[in-house]
Amino acid sequence: MSAPSQARGALRGTSGRTIVADRAATVVLWALGGFVLLLLGAIILHFVIASIGVVSPSFIFGDPSDTELGGVGPLLWNSVYMLVLAMLIAVPLGILAGIYMSEYAGDNRVTDTIRFAEEAISSVPSIVVGLFGLIAFVNLTHWGFTALGGALALTLFNLPLMARLSEQALRAVPADERSASLALGATKWQTIRHVVLPLAIPGIVTGIILTAGRVFGEAAALLFTAGLSTPTGYNFGNLNIFDPKSPWSPFRPATTLSVYIWKTNSEGLSQFAAQIGDGASALLLGSVLIFNLGARFLGRILTRRLTAA
Amino acid sequence: MNTGDEMTTTTRAQDPIEASIDPSPATLPPRIVPVGPGRTADDARTGSPDVAGVAAMPKVAAEAVSITYGTKLAVRDVSLEVPERSILALIGPSGSGKSTFLRCFNRMNDLIPGARVTGQVRLDGIGLMDPDVSVVELRRRVGMVFQRPNPFPMSIYDNVAYGPRRRGASDRAQLDELVERSLTRAALWTEVKDDLRRKSGLALSGGQQQRLCIARVLATEPEVILMDEPASALDPISTLRVEELMRELRELYTIIIVTHNMQQAARVSDRTAFFNMGEDRAGYLVELDDTRTLFTNPKNQLTEDYVSGRFG
Repeated sequence: MSAPSQARGALRGTSGRTIVADRAATVVLWALGGFVLLLLGAIILHFVIASIGVVSPSFIFGDPSDTELGGVGPLLWNSVYMLVLAMLIAVPLGILAGIYMSEYAGDNRVTDTIRFAEEAISSVPSIVVGLFGLIAFVNLTHWGFTALGGALALTLFNLPLMARLSEQALRAVPADERSASLALGATKWQTIRHVVLPLAIPGIVTGIILTAGRVFGEAAALLFTAGLSTPTGYNFGNLNIFDPKSPWSPFRPATTLSVYIWKTNSEGLSQFAAQIGDGASALLLGSVLIFNLGARFLGRILTRRLTAA
Repeated sequence: MNTGDEMTTTTRAQDPIEASIDPSPATLPPRIVPVGPGRTADDARTGSPDVAGVAAMPKVAAEAVSITYGTKLAVRDVSLEVPERSILALIGPSGSGKSTFLRCFNRMNDLIPGARVTGQVRLDGIGLMDPDVSVVELRRRVGMVFQRPNPFPMSIYDNVAYGPRRRGASDRAQLDELVERSLTRAALWTEVKDDLRRKSGLALSGGQQQRLCIARVLATEPEVILMDEPASALDPISTLRVEELMRELRELYTIIIVTHNMQQAARVSDRTAFFNMGEDRAGYLVELDDTRTLFTNPKNQLTEDYVSGRFG
């Protein structure tokens, strides 16, 4: 056999294997992606179907009841309230910490340790965080079970997560853009404010969504901090934030929807536990969806406003 | 969070740069070149002594500049002068320190951790390495165009207005006028004037983006423009347009351009400096002369070899 034809044969063999591998990779990745979508679709579909006949205006806005299906109004409110409270603490501090870590602190052993600590703390089991919260924000402060205590417990792992994700978003902004701004005679802060932050907003919004998801879904960290009870019959006209009966007060026990799902299903006292679980889960899914879409929308507006001025 | 701005303002008051006479190049009349016996327009441009024998002060000068990155010497002992309103081209093989050296003139090397510059760099005779020099003010007077077009992801208008706005300009009519003037001077106005506010700078073609970056620099009203291989990422037609633009800008600004392209250096520059990498891998200045002389009759054998394409 002559040399050229041998070479051609080898070439054909290699490309054949490459093509098979390429097709296999395509098929496997599509299948995995499809499987994940299917799983997500199944979960959503299950709760949409299960919640039919449960979720009604009276279920969404009504008070819980031991004798009938009742509603989850105060608990849904508590979830939203807790979310806002926790995000008010974690988002500004997290972004500022991220700016410091990305733009000012530099890379050395101290900052490496801080980054490692951020990642470690944000993955501490939440029941442990809850127990720490019980000591720190319930007993030491003599607050008892409060929404604020719950929010602070959530902050323990949300703040490091937010700081780490903000830092990553800021670091991902190309060096070219920073150089261009500095070379035009902008100061460091002007460069951060007008070029780096606007470009990092999509990444920061991702951080906010991931952090918010943990607030919505968290139960263990809130059991011993925000408590397993909540005032009902909220009067939203009561703006006295120091009145434990006011829905606006951070100093009141505040069971969230997630905690309530856990509670009704583990205590087994209510004969409607299953329906309440399904309905509340559907409400939680809906809330997360609305929050995520809202956050993306606001992020886009913010980027536009920050870059325009 | 305003400390950055406040600091700038305070330093600016005592800033030696600010203290010097600051003729805004944008408002200067076209330069009148006195032509007399023994003196040509070229002489005036290249900073030769004038009739009275008094040497014109160079616009920009480097005195024994060396640059190290950590322990590595990148540029060794370079001294040169650039007369006002002329174009100096820095040519030489990769690794000869041209770009690194260019970044001394607006102190962009400050941003690289571990970079250290020794020697002195002067603008209108003022030492730029002095500790009381405000880099913010310096970079407004010495603009820079980068190798890769890097417009901000904002509208064309906001890109051009970026520098003036950071300096506090907010008057709408003045900004409009400045944006139009800068874009016109960068030969981009007619192409973009209808979508100034709607179109993102990133939506332009590569060549247009680079002219936008030049307009953005012109809007800060600099006196010196540094260009780091400004056409290396552009297609031939865009390159020609940028070169044409450089020749026009030379009437008003002092320009230093780094280029890999010897034809480009020959086409646009008044004088050319040839850099080479030494045996210690540090860049150094081999020869600096009028562009024509350097390309046709170089004094140094290395230059001769390089410009005739024998190495590099």
